[in-house]
Amino acid sequence: MNIIDRRLNPQGKSLANRQRFLRRAKEQVVKAVRDASGKRGIQDIENGEKVTIAAGGVREPSFHRASQGGVRDYVVPGNKEYVEGDTIQRPDGGGGGRGSEGSADGEGEDEFRFVLSRDEFLDIFLEDLELPDLVKQKVKQSESHTLTRAGYSVSGSPANLNLVRTMRNSLSRRIALKRPKRDEIREMEELLREAEESGEDAEQIQALREQLERIVLRSKRIPFIDPIDVRYNRFETVPKPIAQAVMFCLMDVSGSMTEHMKDLAKRFFMLLYLFLKRRYRSVDIVFIRHTHEAKEVDEETFFYSTETGGTVVSTALEEMQKVVQERYPHNEWNIYAAQASDGDNMSSDNAKSAALLRDAILPMCQYFAYIEVAAEHNMGLSALGRETELWRTYKQVQSPERPLAMRRVRSRREIFPVFRELFAREKAGA
Amino acid sequence: MTAVITRPEALLYDGVEWDYDKIKRVYDAVEHIALKEMGLDVYPNQIEVITAEQMLDAYSSIGMPLMYKHWSFGKHFARDEMMYRKGYRGLAYEIVINSSPCISYIMEENTMTMQTLVIAHAAFGHNHFFKNNQLFQQWTDAEGILDYLEFAKTYISHCEERYGHAAVERVLDAAHALMSQGVHKYPKKRSDLRTEQRRERERQEYQDQTFNDLWRTVPKPAAGQRPSKSVSERKKLLGLPEENILYFLEKKAPRLEHWQRELLRIVRHISQYFYPQKQTKVMNEGCATYVHYQIMSRLHETGQISEGAFLEFLHSHTSVVFQPEFDDKRFSGLNPYALGFAMMQDIARIAETPTDEDRQWFPDLAGRGDGMAAVREAWANFRDESFVLQYLSPHLMRKLKLFSVRDDAEDPYLLVDHIHNERGYRDIRKKLARQYDLGYLEPDIQIVDVDLAGDRKLILQHRVTNGVLLDEGDAKAVLRHIANLWGYEVQLIEVSAISEAILKEHAVTAPSGIGVV
Repeated sequence: MNIIDRRLNPQGKSLANRQRFLRRAKEQVVKAVRDASGKRGIQDIENGEKVTIAAGGVREPSFHRASQGGVRDYVVPGNKEYVEGDTIQRPDGGGGGRGSEGSADGEGEDEFRFVLSRDEFLDIFLEDLELPDLVKQKVKQSESHTLTRAGYSVSGSPANLNLVRTMRNSLSRRIALKRPKRDEIREMEELLREAEESGEDAEQIQALREQLERIVLRSKRIPFIDPIDVRYNRFETVPKPIAQAVMFCLMDVSGSMTEHMKDLAKRFFMLLYLFLKRRYRSVDIVFIRHTHEAKEVDEETFFYSTETGGTVVSTALEEMQKVVQERYPHNEWNIYAAQASDGDNMSSDNAKSAALLRDAILPMCQYFAYIEVAAEHNMGLSALGRETELWRTYKQVQSPERPLAMRRVRSRREIFPVFRELFAREKAGA
Repeated sequence: MTAVITRPEALLYDGVEWDYDKIKRVYDAVEHIALKEMGLDVYPNQIEVITAEQMLDAYSSIGMPLMYKHWSFGKHFARDEMMYRKGYRGLAYEIVINSSPCISYIMEENTMTMQTLVIAHAAFGHNHFFKNNQLFQQWTDAEGILDYLEFAKTYISHCEERYGHAAVERVLDAAHALMSQGVHKYPKKRSDLRTEQRRERERQEYQDQTFNDLWRTVPKPAAGQRPSKSVSERKKLLGLPEENILYFLEKKAPRLEHWQRELLRIVRHISQYFYPQKQTKVMNEGCATYVHYQIMSRLHETGQISEGAFLEFLHSHTSVVFQPEFDDKRFSGLNPYALGFAMMQDIARIAETPTDEDRQWFPDLAGRGDGMAAVREAWANFRDESFVLQYLSPHLMRKLKLFSVRDDAEDPYLLVDHIHNERGYRDIRKKLARQYDLGYLEPDIQIVDVDLAGDRKLILQHRVTNGVLLDEGDAKAVLRHIANLWGYEVQLIEVSAISEAILKEHAVTAPSGIGVV
């Protein structure tokens, strides 16, 4: 007997099959994911999602008998009271266990239910979204460069010598020029020695000697490696695209923002973060909260500590501008900003905010999303058409060439759809 | 050797944890009982320890350790995984593969008692059955199967690289749909999978060598010139009627490429390999359960396992052979483990301590002594259907309180037509045997006619017994698959087996291009 421990064998043998399955069910899975994403909160994103798809596309049909009609016989155990000739009320829907035999081995299910992993879910959810202006226009001027392999050259430093290429050239040249091989020379020497030892035909010895001389000479004339064989790896410098992004989260934390609103804002920020994370190698986050004055804070403080005061939006924009200047030179970073607010602003500040946004913030941003959160039960005055101060202000700034998008969110359910709308592939922004 | 001090001398192991030494000891003890006392005859054993995830893997690829890639396996895995994670369904304790050496998987989560049980059940019970049952001997090639699967896997992945995933998937989908119709029920000769592999290579080489582009330029005979053969003549030429649809398509479909035919052949071979297992579910499980029960009892009798371990064994044994009654919520048909185990015990009982009734019903078997020899004989020579027909005793029918019910869709009521009494025994036995007869369970579908010189419409016939028609949606879908392979129109006619009257027709038009769904 052999005992083999297979536990350490590579896991996930079924992965290839799973991918084939997902590809097969793509259409339905995408639809299911869209439906599901409307219902779930962002923190659930950490888990996989159970999706249910119609079995139609992934059905495996076979010839089998229908579950209805005809005459069927069953033998079943557990008779208690029946005698021959008794009749039994037909159980509903062929139930009572007997029906399950009747339906043979066909798959009676109409729906197929399984769990998508978190990555699969996100992949499908984010599939047709893209970041607006993904690459900085200024990439060409960027300082950072990287070396990339670019074929071979005939000159270069010894460290870059490509041995394989060189030897291949050398070999083909030697074959083409018929350079005698070492074995041939040795063979000839052997022949000559034999002939000399036997001391026979002097003429033949002479001929052999000349022949040997000829091939030795030839092998000397044709070098083993010639300078024309030598090849070097060639490198080119290419500008490195900016693979880092910074995301600014701006939020109004004045008294008018309720927990619910903050929660909505947080969800939106998280989603944006997840999204950026998949596109850039590193993503920095800066949290700036403001009342009548703005401060950069850590995440905990950002979401959970309360502050009182008025609402002056321009302070937050100024703070952002300052942070960018200090730490995130905008030709090296992709800058994204998301601002959440309930739409209040001090009337006297509106003009200043608009100017700041138009002249300073938007030009350096890849994208600026403004999310106006509202109380869930408040049917939303804004929804009825009355616009808030800030909304009106930003609306003036908005124009097709500026990367500014504005959306209103009232409940958790709307977060995903709004997010999708903002980043839908064809046209970003409002 | 501290372990020896803490456990009584005779005990093979102690506690729930398992390790390789214990397994080795247990295996030797079990082997001794199985071979020396019970007279079993097995393939060499290979026991592989796997994790739960690997067990799920094995589940989804129909229990085989290596399998080609197909989305349907991914689908089964996704469902099994969800059921398992949500706790709807446990995992089997073992999987055993009919190969030589016989591979049994045991899970790392099992306790030592469970490992002992699995070794007795799979490595000896199933193993003995695989090696000795005549169906398996006649049909399957235990030595060749793993190599053949390796070949199939490589071949299919080459095809995927060469012709694209979608093209391969279309052929495999169709082949899977026809898997039950891909079996030779009366084998001409024992199939040897190694030879199959070699033959495929030779076919390919021969084709490469004899390729001549000139044939393409040979003018084709004008339509209508060819004398139309008589129906019976052309059926004879094509070997019709043919019930192995996959085989027919592989050999005769006019528009398939060589590799597509090879894919059909692979699926057909795999289906053929599993055919005996489908026919011997009750016997196979009955045999394994009977063996493990005997072995565990012996180990307990001889003091090699503790009382606690034996109780743990009994607990899982009884849940395996539990048979809910028909009106129980848990009832889902006869449990093959329960029926099989009960019948094996019954055979041994009849052989050793028969009653007068048994003597009357089983004159050859009753009182011959040596129950073990009697069950071994049964394992070797029967399949489920004939086994039930031969061995189901009145005693057992009474014990299980079997009764038969007739469900006629025309009647408003179900009719109890036989119960476990003197008048009913033979009929119940006959009906139960029928429930295990694959030839009766699976619809009888045959290819009956095609005019290759004419419109090439492929005509299939379903001979309907008892008025039970095919499931329409699925039948249509399968026909669509057949049409994709065949390349022309396909028609399925359902005729009554008794009156030959046509009950229903399904037809699928020719695909616009080969393989277009």
